[in-house]
Amino acid sequence: MSDRPSLHVEPGKVVLSGAWTLAEMLPRLAELQAGLAAATDGNRQWDLSALTRLDSAAAVLLWRAWQATWPVSLEIGDMHRRIVERVAELPQEMPPPPVARVHLPEFIGRYLLKAAANLRGMIALFGQLILDTFFLLRHPRDIPWREFTANVYKAGALALPVTALVGFLIGVTISYLSALQLKSFGADLFIVNILGISIIRELGPVLVAVLVAGRSGSAMTAQIGVMRVTEEIDALSTMGISRSIRVVLPKIVGLTVAMPLLVLWTSAVAMFGGMLAALLQLDLSLVYFLENLPRVVPVSNLYIGLGKGFVFGFVIALVACYFGLHVKPNTESLSANTTSAVVTAITTVILVDAIFAVFTRQVGVPHL
Amino acid sequence: MSRQTVIELDGVCTRFGGNTVHRDLDLCVKEGQIVGLLGGSGSGKTTLLREILGLHRPDAGVVRLFGVDLNDPDIRVQRDIRRRLGMLFQHGALFSALSVYDNIAFPLRELRCLDEDWIRRLVHLKLAMVGLGVAHGKLMPAELSGGMVKRVALARALALEPELLLLDEPTAGLDPDRSQNFVELIGELQRELGLTVVMVTHDLNTLAGLASHVAILADHRIIAYGTRSEIMTIDHPFVTGFFGADRRKLL
Ligand SMILES: Nc1ncnc2c1ncn2[C@@H]1O[C@H](COP(=O)(O)OP(=O)(O)OP(=O)(O)O)[C@@H](O)[C@H]1O
Ligand SMILES: [Mg+2]
Repeated sequence: MSDRPSLHVEPGKVVLSGAWTLAEMLPRLAELQAGLAAATDGNRQWDLSALTRLDSAAAVLLWRAWQATWPVSLEIGDMHRRIVERVAELPQEMPPPPVARVHLPEFIGRYLLKAAANLRGMIALFGQLILDTFFLLRHPRDIPWREFTANVYKAGALALPVTALVGFLIGVTISYLSALQLKSFGADLFIVNILGISIIRELGPVLVAVLVAGRSGSAMTAQIGVMRVTEEIDALSTMGISRSIRVVLPKIVGLTVAMPLLVLWTSAVAMFGGMLAALLQLDLSLVYFLENLPRVVPVSNLYIGLGKGFVFGFVIALVACYFGLHVKPNTESLSANTTSAVVTAITTVILVDAIFAVFTRQVGVPHL
Repeated sequence: MSRQTVIELDGVCTRFGGNTVHRDLDLCVKEGQIVGLLGGSGSGKTTLLREILGLHRPDAGVVRLFGVDLNDPDIRVQRDIRRRLGMLFQHGALFSALSVYDNIAFPLRELRCLDEDWIRRLVHLKLAMVGLGVAHGKLMPAELSGGMVKRVALARALALEPELLLLDEPTAGLDPDRSQNFVELIGELQRELGLTVVMVTHDLNTLAGLASHVAILADHRIIAYGTRSEIMTIDHPFVTGFFGADRRKLL
């Protein structure tokens, strides 16, 4: 095509012709840039009257080649002159966008400050919840029953299949591995103790907590976060609806109620998996297993497990809602906060679990 | 000189579930035209633009841009076509995680041919064109007013020096002064670069100031397409309703 951008050096002047547009220049950019650089030396006469088109990208290129001054003589169409003038009107010194440099102590300090601010924010949110609860006790008509039940259904009922599947597999695995060891000691019957204590007291609650943090916690953060991005939270406030009562409280209460039930369900399925594996591996009958379970595993273990479920549910929902409410209106912050919510929730759950272990060390462990 | 056909829609049909939006729609836009696309709310103007962009595939019919069928399987052909057009979305569609500066620089960086200084000058040039200053470059999209979002989105649409510009309600949310600037800017660009523009608008001033041609979308089709004066003579309930007493203003 004759429209290709080209440049000739004639004696005394440089002649440009063709369409100098970004799209036409791209395939032969290096060549054109080199040509311009070579033509600039000592040539102060430019003839641009044969240009068919000139866009601002090409104008910037020319202006740079002219080292930001008008050539001594320039022949150019009026319309094209306007384009070059617009480039010339720009301030010459363009401050480069600042590049943030982070030093290690600064990084650590900022991290710690952020963690402290998050802790404070979560305590404040907790306080707000208590105030809301008092408000609702005085105005029972405002209790958001629909949102509450919807959350129990979403976080609880819909999580039943996945928690059952994971619980069952874990039960089978633990039972199978323990049975191999116990068999070599001839201590087959202790499989009931091992499975009972470990699953009911420890594994059930923690397993459910990890699953729920990944499943419902992230969903809560993302939902509240998107409501912030799309200003739905603000729309709620303008209608005089409290976001903490209508959005946050039902989520936290819903998960707090649903978690112990999920723990009960998952522990039961995991025990069942363990029983099946014991039956196949050790020939231990289901009847024997069930008869001995209450004897060797005191019922307080079940209470501890359910108590953990209750606290874990609360912690996960509180962390998720906190991070959701602190999403800034952009996608980057949304993804960062969802990640933070899940990581923080799981870490906190493990921490709380350790605290539980310390304070309940005297309770529910049978002394033979 | 015979003008090249830029957009060609042929027998386009679109349905969303049971809701028919376009039925047997034809449109042909030539190089250098500024087409105002009119139609009632919900008549499928945004959908039509999305089909021209290839973001939505019509249920039947062909869309050709610069003579190339959008269903062409070659990815490179597709990419080169898309680099020749710029789109201003109805709600801006700025990248919320990037600053204003980076939003405009993004398509330029994607070319992988331009150096940072060149990009910087181009970005500031585009910002100046839409009436924004260097300081605005640092802001995040969430910190902009509604009208500023429009202007930044226009600057981004212009970044690659497109030959075809699609604008969805470009002046909605701008004050009259800015709309006037906008009309002048697009008009100037059109004269300088021979742009082809398709814009959806409900604003009679923008239409009168800018459009060389008008297309009317009603009854699921383009019922009329022609120069402004030709459109004025059309007798259709939508046309009479839309322009009402203002008919003469367009001429
Ligand atoms: N993704 C979608 N799914 C289902 N229906 C859709 C979808 N997008 C658009 N529609 C429907 O198609 C019709 C046309 O929508 P469109 O957004 O194109 O209207 P419009 O002409 O741009 O209106 P406005 O002037 O209000 O922006 C509407 O009835 C809308 O409900
Ligand atoms: Mg629309």
